[in-house]
Amino acid sequence: MIRKTVVRRNRYLDSVFLMQVARRMSERPGIEDASALLGTDANRAVLAGLGFEVLDAGPNDLVVALAGEAAAVDAVATDLEAWLAPGVPGAAPDPRSLEEALRTRAADLAVISVPGAHAAREARAALRAGLHVFLFSSNVSLEDEVSLKLEARDRGLIVMGPDCGTAYLAGAGLGFTNAIRRGPIGLVGSTGTGMQEFACLVHLAGSGISNGIGTGGRDLSDAVAGLSTLAGIDALEADPATRVIAVLSKPPGAAATRKLAERLGRCAKPVVQCLLGGEDTLDDAVIRALREVGVEAPAFLLPRTDPPFLGLRPEQRHVRGLFAGGTLCYQAQAIFRQAGLTVHSNAPLHGMETLEDPDRSLGNTFLDMGAEYFVEGRPHPMIDGTQRRRRLEKELRDPSVGVLLLDFILGTLSSPDPVGEVLDLLPGGLCVAASVCGTEGDTQGLESQVRALKEAGVRVFPTAAQAARFCRDVALTLQEGP
Amino acid sequence: MKAVLGELLQGRPVFVNIGVRAFGDTLRQAGFEVVQVDWAPPAGGDPRLAALLDELL
Repeated sequence: MIRKTVVRRNRYLDSVFLMQVARRMSERPGIEDASALLGTDANRAVLAGLGFEVLDAGPNDLVVALAGEAAAVDAVATDLEAWLAPGVPGAAPDPRSLEEALRTRAADLAVISVPGAHAAREARAALRAGLHVFLFSSNVSLEDEVSLKLEARDRGLIVMGPDCGTAYLAGAGLGFTNAIRRGPIGLVGSTGTGMQEFACLVHLAGSGISNGIGTGGRDLSDAVAGLSTLAGIDALEADPATRVIAVLSKPPGAAATRKLAERLGRCAKPVVQCLLGGEDTLDDAVIRALREVGVEAPAFLLPRTDPPFLGLRPEQRHVRGLFAGGTLCYQAQAIFRQAGLTVHSNAPLHGMETLEDPDRSLGNTFLDMGAEYFVEGRPHPMIDGTQRRRRLEKELRDPSVGVLLLDFILGTLSSPDPVGEVLDLLPGGLCVAASVCGTEGDTQGLESQVRALKEAGVRVFPTAAQAARFCRDVALTLQEGP
Repeated sequence: MKAVLGELLQGRPVFVNIGVRAFGDTLRQAGFEVVQVDWAPPAGGDPRLAALLDELL
């Protein structure tokens, strides 16, 4: 076996595309391992950890690392440009800038997912060209966010984001989305996975989403004062397809709370507000929204009592939650907090303990595996479960762990088999609870993902709140002792 | 083209995708029109230099 690294200077390709390239390379006979990454410090450290000689490469350089039989590695390295060519072979080259793109075709909305340091510049250019913006990029400063959103407001436009994971606009799914039906419930949300679960549950209950407007996690901070949330409410109020407006967020700042309350108070349509982090859950909000459109909540959404999990050893006292969805991690903490249980987290809810070293769990620990610490230079756990798998292996070596809580999020861009990425690790002798967020139309297959978990002995729940409540109940019995 | 958000929600939006190609691919597969930008970091990847050039030009 040989190892080889190839560097292409000043070559930018997006991380998802590079991951797909690496996957295709790995599938070639004779190739054992392939990575295609930008040469950031974090990525060079990852490659060094995999045993690759790390050549001099910077964050603007592309590094391809290959391991396998010499002939196979050399064949891929020689033909590298063909592997890296984006787009359709033989098609006209894509425009190199927004300006050039708009010369070929007038457009309504820019979807922007360039690295954070460059995102505000692209978003500003889009607004000035009269386009709405869906800003997936994270690491945009608060100052830039405020100035972009003020400029958008003045121009009658909206900026969804930064760090906006999900939106449904006129039947188009932007970012991470699921195959959902269109219907009478409009959604404005600052939480990506929260919007995904809400939309899936509405769909599974037989109703649908008219439009879903993402705002970015900081929109309801006092600094941003809900500029995009308010623009979203205005749009849904005017949208004839929307009969009820659901607003999903973490608790807003004091000034934003007042602004939002004032706006919702004079909304011409019924409003369902879901403030995560308190007693409210996504399930409750879905039930209320369904009621507003005359749909009775199906049984799977109602609170249920599950048989207790028996058979843990006395030393197995701790719950470890490894979440792909940040909002679901947040909601699970709220459910534990209400029961008086303490949780350590890298993304702690108010009143919970900050996990000083995100690599080392302590007591009950809930990790947002999509947090910057875990995803810098690596794919988000929804796209690629490698990081979560590594962490799961670590948790399973800890004899104090009795309960594992996992979420699996299906849909566009998500891993083709999120459950399959960890299934072989899930052991007996441990209580494992999971929720699966998705619909029957998602390519991963909701039913097959759920079945695979159940066959492995996992307690599977249709909502993240139900899975968290079940773990809470087990945790309470562990606290009480035998 | 400039449509207020309310009009956008009721129409058939056209998208420009700058960054992750998979976002554009998904929209195209769903039947929407998408213009893909072959983006590269401006000014050799230095955002401050890019901002300075924006001001000068």
